[in-house]
Amino acid sequence: MQVPAPFTYERATSVEHAIALLGELGPEARVVAGGHSLIPMMKLRLARPDALVDINGLGAELAQIRVDGDDLVIGSLARHADLLGSAVAGEHFPIFHDAEKVIADPVVRNFGTVGGSLCQADPAEDLAAVFAALDGVATLRGPAGVRQVRVRELHVGPYETVLAPDELMLELRVAIRPGGGSAYEKVERRVGDYPVAAAGAAVWLDGDTVRDVGIGLTAVGAEHFAAPEAEAALRGQPATEESFRAAGQLAAEHCNPSADQRGPVDYKRHLAAELTTRALLRAAARARGQEA
Amino acid sequence: MEVTININGTPETHDVEPRLLLVHFIREKAGLRGTHWGCDTSNCGTCVVWLDGKPVKSCTVFAAMADGRSVRTVEGLEQGGKLDPVQEGFMECHGLQCGFCTPGMLMTSRALLDANPDPTETEIREAISGQLCRCTGYENIVRSVRWAAEKEASTEEVTA
Ligand SMILES: Cc1cc2nc3c(=O)[nH]c(=O)nc-3n(C[C@H](O)[C@H](O)[C@H](O)COP(=O)(O)OP(=O)(O)OC[C@H]3O[C@@H](n4cnc5c(N)ncnc54)[C@H](O)[C@@H]3O)c2cc1C
Repeated sequence: MQVPAPFTYERATSVEHAIALLGELGPEARVVAGGHSLIPMMKLRLARPDALVDINGLGAELAQIRVDGDDLVIGSLARHADLLGSAVAGEHFPIFHDAEKVIADPVVRNFGTVGGSLCQADPAEDLAAVFAALDGVATLRGPAGVRQVRVRELHVGPYETVLAPDELMLELRVAIRPGGGSAYEKVERRVGDYPVAAAGAAVWLDGDTVRDVGIGLTAVGAEHFAAPEAEAALRGQPATEESFRAAGQLAAEHCNPSADQRGPVDYKRHLAAELTTRALLRAAARARGQEA
Repeated sequence: MEVTININGTPETHDVEPRLLLVHFIREKAGLRGTHWGCDTSNCGTCVVWLDGKPVKSCTVFAAMADGRSVRTVEGLEQGGKLDPVQEGFMECHGLQCGFCTPGMLMTSRALLDANPDPTETEIREAISGQLCRCTGYENIVRSVRWAAEKEASTEEVTA
């Protein structure tokens, strides 16, 4: 039996209360949302928090998915299943539905949360690549107040984020801009597994020209889950398969996969190129209204 | 700490360590052994129960997190001495052999039919994709769920 080390348990009744509890309990206290990343790590004693602050009661404040002005806003406590089921998220950014269909399995998706995924900072987390492609912004709140951090600047390394121990992620924001399309492509060994490699793309077109583009990569050692060299090369180029293949090559050259039980380096690099290309093609087709 | 969980309509109050997992609360504290405990890594799905109406893997939730909430286990499927159509389907179509995965499969199947009374084979396979069965190759599980769907459709016609 896998038994976590002992800890004390507190239940937050509001965002303010959660932040106050984290402050009182000190740096070894951790937030628990779905617990589907944290609890497995506690069972293996890779994580040994002294105290857990349970935020599952804060759904009314933290689990909304809505449009606010020109932003899509996703609460940190929205479950994977909520995002997959959200018509408004899918309408503006089909990449969310592409990704959520292949994140874990339907039962895990009922409890794991969007914020938990991003705060876990697993180097193979799918949503990190999705938000990197969309250049989403996280709202964090600590005792000193609220700050906004681009998801591209949230992760400082494997399992490490810029969040202070007493900071809570409240929500994610993605700007809705006209002329856009987005898509996600993942290769996994079997249903419910983390990716061998995956790529997300968001494309904004002016006629047949790429006005702007975001590319996210996961599980292949891309810094901040992004491919800035490929993005820079693609901006202003014609939106053709040829340009997308060239961007895929650049993305693959600049990532840094490592060999593990999911595959060798050259295979993962090949996937980075191919999946980036396919995501760009599908994102562009969607931007043109040629694909749902 | 004291934890109260409403399990199949009955409140269960026990003094537990915060690190106690929900699956062990159900099995050891409430004494309901229908829910199985398998891989302990949220991969096999035999521990699936409903938490506030949604299937979750109870090996990956602390009992403390379910304090004040309601849980439905495989023992709660039977109503008024009558098996749930999903249970009947598993009997009729040999949806189990060793039976180890069955409690989780039943809970997920019941939730599927509540949300989607007429699922296709693909939808059934998708719904149970987070759960492992080593006996049936899933074929008979899919048939069992379809059997239950058809039974429910025909009963509804009769009552309508
Ligand atoms: C069987 C299985 C398969 C999986 N497959 C995939 C997959 O294919 N792709 C994939 O990307 N992921 C996968 N996952 C991971 C899953 O997406 C995450 O477990 C889950 O979404 C993390 O969210 P959580 O709410 O469970 O986080 P928790 O485990 O509760 O928390 C994770 C970390 O984030 C912190 N945290 C959580 N919420 C906040 C917040 N609001 N503010 C500050 N800190 C916070 C916690 O303190 C902890 O450090 C899988 C998990 C399982 C169990």
